[in-house]
Amino acid sequence: MAGAGGGGCPAGSNDFQWCFSQVKGAVDEDVAEADIISTVEFNYSGDLLATGDKGGRVVIFQREQESKSRPHSRGEYNVYSTFQSHEPEFDYLKSLEIEEKINKIRWLPQQNAAHFLLSTNDKTIKLWKISERDKRAEGYNLKDEDGRLRDPFRITALRVPILKPMDLMVEASPRRIFANAHTYHINSISVNSDHETYLSADDLRINLWHLEITDRSFNIVDIKPANMEELTEVITAAEFHPHQCNVFVYSSSKGTIRLCDMRSSALCDRHSKFFEEPEDPSSRSFFSEIISSISDVKFSHSGRYMMTRDYLSVKVWDLNMESRPVETHQVHEYLRSKLCSLYENDCIFDKFECCWNGSDSAIMTGSYNNFFRMFDRNTRRDVTLEASRENSKPRASLKPRKVCTGGKRKKDEISVDSLDFNKKILHTAWHPMENIIAVAATNNLYIFQDKIN
Amino acid sequence: MEDKVTSPEKAEEAKLKARYPHLGQKPGGSDFLRKRLQKGQKYFDSGDYNMAKAKMKNKQLPTAAPEKTEVTGDHIPTPQDLPQRKPSLVTSKLAG
Repeated sequence: MAGAGGGGCPAGSNDFQWCFSQVKGAVDEDVAEADIISTVEFNYSGDLLATGDKGGRVVIFQREQESKSRPHSRGEYNVYSTFQSHEPEFDYLKSLEIEEKINKIRWLPQQNAAHFLLSTNDKTIKLWKISERDKRAEGYNLKDEDGRLRDPFRITALRVPILKPMDLMVEASPRRIFANAHTYHINSISVNSDHETYLSADDLRINLWHLEITDRSFNIVDIKPANMEELTEVITAAEFHPHQCNVFVYSSSKGTIRLCDMRSSALCDRHSKFFEEPEDPSSRSFFSEIISSISDVKFSHSGRYMMTRDYLSVKVWDLNMESRPVETHQVHEYLRSKLCSLYENDCIFDKFECCWNGSDSAIMTGSYNNFFRMFDRNTRRDVTLEASRENSKPRASLKPRKVCTGGKRKKDEISVDSLDFNKKILHTAWHPMENIIAVAATNNLYIFQDKIN
Repeated sequence: MEDKVTSPEKAEEAKLKARYPHLGQKPGGSDFLRKRLQKGQKYFDSGDYNMAKAKMKNKQLPTAAPEKTEVTGDHIPTPQDLPQRKPSLVTSKLAG
């Protein structure tokens, strides 16, 4: 999608020309574990961008209004609020350390002036309210000049305080804490289109919550076998359908997706639809199941398709066809001949996420060496881009990158063996309406915009 | 006769099996899943610790060898062995 001379292309054209916009985070070589970004999410309008990290902290950025006085900061994201969402805990009963790492953040649709989001670690989900205060009441006659409360009997005049403007203060407060419902580690949360309920999924179970009720949750999927020795697969991701509030999907470590309808029964252990791509048994290897494990599942905005990410590819499924995906996009097929070392260094277990653009015409996912991939579903073109400080001049165009697999390496290509597997892009997000993307590269957050935007 | 059409994946599998001949029979099976489900497990049992302390009376409790940084369950850990988890008091550098 590196359009050659894209000037004059109409908005919404398939040729993107991505440019560097901003980068957030420290430049140090030594990355503190707590600073590693673990989730990135735009809100429904795209005006707010939230990140969660391994240290349990949430940072929210807000897009600046375009102004004539600062034409170059058109749509820049700046810090709006930051708070400690989760803290490390130790479950003494089970001798279990509970990480404070934020696994997922999901925004609620905005209903009033305040913003709400759900953030979760392995065990506990929290509903946070982020509100602005730009007025302060002044003129109370209840206190002396030195601040001491006056004796009520000595106050003889009734004075109504006046609201005066003050510097904007953004406050985050935990409104609900949804705890003690998951024995295993929470991998997903998803807000329902009814705006009243949401689901949380761990390795073996999925629970349904009401946003107002914290002391009760309904179990809707339970795949725990009676005998744990018989365990063959776990739940890896789950999401509600964007429009049908009774439908959700969950993916498994065996590369399958189950679609469930909550109207059919209270416990959705039996699926309504089962999506699995047939496998050629002769090509099966030790690695087959591991690389088929789905790390992320996302419905398209239209609700007609869903996308799954496994270790080497991204697949688009039509909800009406269970037998196989309608599209398969190779992310980094050259890694297939490196699976042995990727197994030894545990990289084969890395969980990459994927996302759709607002119109569902393009999809994006991350890779190694701080590379990320974009696939245009209409033109069938794909591109590899890099998130790097070397290419961080304002509005600098991103040059497509290429990995060379064969012997002869062309200039500007990088060989598979030179890839840095510690530089993983696991989390990316696409603005719901515009061509703005957020890419998390370990402890740095990159924001890129389409030139033609 | 050399099999010229071995897939890269099968070649990698052969490499792995050559290095780790005792690797589990079940490919990608329960071992991974159980390891995944047990994430976060630490081996500090206050009961064991206190009983061992009582048995030893005034003697020093055998601690892990200095090189061992991880508590793996083959010795009785002391509270000092466990990594101290403190919440981040530092603001995220993204907000800096």
